[in-house]
Amino acid sequence: MASSTRVTFPNKFLPYLLLAPQLAITAVFFYWPASQAIQQSVLREDPFGLSTQFVGLANFKRVLNDPNYLNSLQVTVIFSIATALIAMAFALLLAVMADKVIRGKGVYRTLLIWPYAVAPAIAGMLWLFLFNPSMGTLAYLLRSTGYNWDPLLNSDQAMVLVVAAASWKQISYNFLFFVAGLQSIPKSLIEAAAIDGAGETKRFWTIIFPLLAPTTFFLLVVNTVYAFFDTFGIIHAVTGGGPGKATETLVYKVYNDGFVNLILGDSAAQSVILMVIVIAMTAVQFRYVERKVHYG
Amino acid sequence: MTNHGTKLTVAFGILLASSSASFAVTEISWWHAMPGANGEVVQALTKEFNESQSEYKVVPVFKGTYPEALNAGIAAFRAKQAPDILQVFDAGTGVMMGAEGAIKPVADILSMGETKFDKSLYLPGIVAYYSKPDGTMLSFPYNSSSPILYYNKDIFKKAGLDENTPPKTWPEVWEAAKKIKTSGAANCGYTTAWMTWIHTENYAAWNDISWGSNENGIGGVDVELKINSPLFVKHFQELADLAKDGTFRYGGRTSEAKQLFTSGECGIYNDSSGGLGDIIKSGMNYGTGQLPYEPESKNAPQNTIPGGASLWVFAGKSDEQYKGVAAFFNFLSKTEIQSRLHQVSGYLPVTLAAYEDTKKSGFYEKNPAREIPIKQMMGKAPTENSKGVRLVNLPQVRDILNEEYENMLAGKQTAQQALDKAVERGNAAIKQAIGQ
Repeated sequence: MASSTRVTFPNKFLPYLLLAPQLAITAVFFYWPASQAIQQSVLREDPFGLSTQFVGLANFKRVLNDPNYLNSLQVTVIFSIATALIAMAFALLLAVMADKVIRGKGVYRTLLIWPYAVAPAIAGMLWLFLFNPSMGTLAYLLRSTGYNWDPLLNSDQAMVLVVAAASWKQISYNFLFFVAGLQSIPKSLIEAAAIDGAGETKRFWTIIFPLLAPTTFFLLVVNTVYAFFDTFGIIHAVTGGGPGKATETLVYKVYNDGFVNLILGDSAAQSVILMVIVIAMTAVQFRYVERKVHYG
Repeated sequence: MTNHGTKLTVAFGILLASSSASFAVTEISWWHAMPGANGEVVQALTKEFNESQSEYKVVPVFKGTYPEALNAGIAAFRAKQAPDILQVFDAGTGVMMGAEGAIKPVADILSMGETKFDKSLYLPGIVAYYSKPDGTMLSFPYNSSSPILYYNKDIFKKAGLDENTPPKTWPEVWEAAKKIKTSGAANCGYTTAWMTWIHTENYAAWNDISWGSNENGIGGVDVELKINSPLFVKHFQELADLAKDGTFRYGGRTSEAKQLFTSGECGIYNDSSGGLGDIIKSGMNYGTGQLPYEPESKNAPQNTIPGGASLWVFAGKSDEQYKGVAAFFNFLSKTEIQSRLHQVSGYLPVTLAAYEDTKKSGFYEKNPAREIPIKQMMGKAPTENSKGVRLVNLPQVRDILNEEYENMLAGKQTAQQALDKAVERGNAAIKQAIGQ
């Protein structure tokens, strides 16, 4: 039965040929670097690669026993949860509001989508220009009100700054998906609820929010991955991982140990761990969280 | 048919002639980290060299900040695409020295050129820093600098301080900074660039106290940091205390604090002598002075240690290329080039002749600030505490120190705790880097 509905290619090589570009990209940009990282992670090498020594799992052992690594794990968890929550909450709020706008809907939406086109490093620079305590315009205003704004030394303020910059950039992306999600909710359902006397808040929490669950779930995965991996540019531009190690996320630590401190073995071991974390996180999210999502 | 053949022969002949002409010019690649005005100097110098002869052509390529240029050079070496010349900053010196198979000592290269290499022509303090313990000069000192004191004359006047007398010692600096803050002449009294380079490495040399064992790493790679000794603790506790009420403001790990000074937010500022250009450009009414010292330290002021960068040559190039590099370095060592470089950029001259030449021209009488770093570095014969600072992983150790300093200035730990932790973490990092 199943075989009769399956599309069959007359030529045996054509399907492979059609798959080839995608496979090539995956091989070049994932399997190749990943295998190199695994190889490097069991070696001890000087920065110039003049002497190489096989050390087994010593790099992993050192990394996992390093209190700074556990610190950056904690930083990453706080940073990712805060960024994902803020970016999604604001995006949902804006999407619901923009959905109600009747005139100039397109203009609002376009303007709200703009920040997504800004590169992370540039987004970081924009926030730095506003909030850098030495030269930032808004920082100057904050300080002149008597508030001691100094993210160069105050680690909580530094964290607030990078979370704000990272979520600001991601709001647009989430907004786009929430708007699409809202449009796919049948108007008849909402109208029926309204006729039954459900108020606006009640309609949102009992109809709109559950029906948006697939979108929300998808965005949760995307935002977590974003906060983990794509925020390097922002952190690099705004805080450089400081003050102390207050904003050094796992990815930033990989960069710092590998490219600044030139400890390639430790850096590679960290990226392998990171790869495992991401694979595990995605698997868990799809296996357990997805079951609870209502796909309508 | 014959006609056609002649044409072909002629064409072939032209091709041969043109290609052999292009073979005659040996290209020398130079990766550097000089942006802005200093980058223009690089362009001008290479152009002048290329036009002065026809055998070699130096091609400069800008590779970003100091650490970025170093990392690009290392990555290129690993990929067997290394440039001929790489500019490496002071903190990267130990990294390069640790890679003996990757580099070719400059002393060897300069001996290959037409002129014999004479080490005594160069400023001893700088040459010593870029030499192996046995005295072989490994890299060519292109731009050297030393930390000095800058102060805002207008703010000094407003605070009732003498605008023509810069504070000489740290107690005098704190006194002046407090006066600036309490009188309301500025929001903050004191700020500084490079806490690691100025307040740790140069602080040790200038006050003749030990920064690390093994002559601060000049004598060997196995180093134990000594920066939690009493004088350091006192100095950093003073900084931490002044940071509490904003008399001292922290600006960042490198030279970000410059903005706090040029914008008139802070009255006194420590930075590299190479930072003078931006301060002149800001148009402010500034004065300069020596790096402050501790009056209780009996040999202070001793001498400062070189900062800035030097040019390294990679191993595995052809003799022809090395001859080109030698010709270029000999060109850079010429007195008129060095004098000009020194006067235009504010970096130190590399040869004694260039220093004497600049002195004779009366340049220092008009620009006394330019002589301060030279006098600081050459005033006294260096001791084992003041030859320089060298580690195979100095950039990493500097970062560890910066992290502990930031936590101290944020009030999370005392100076003693910060420095103890910095020593402990730094020593562990050094041990790991040298493979123990």
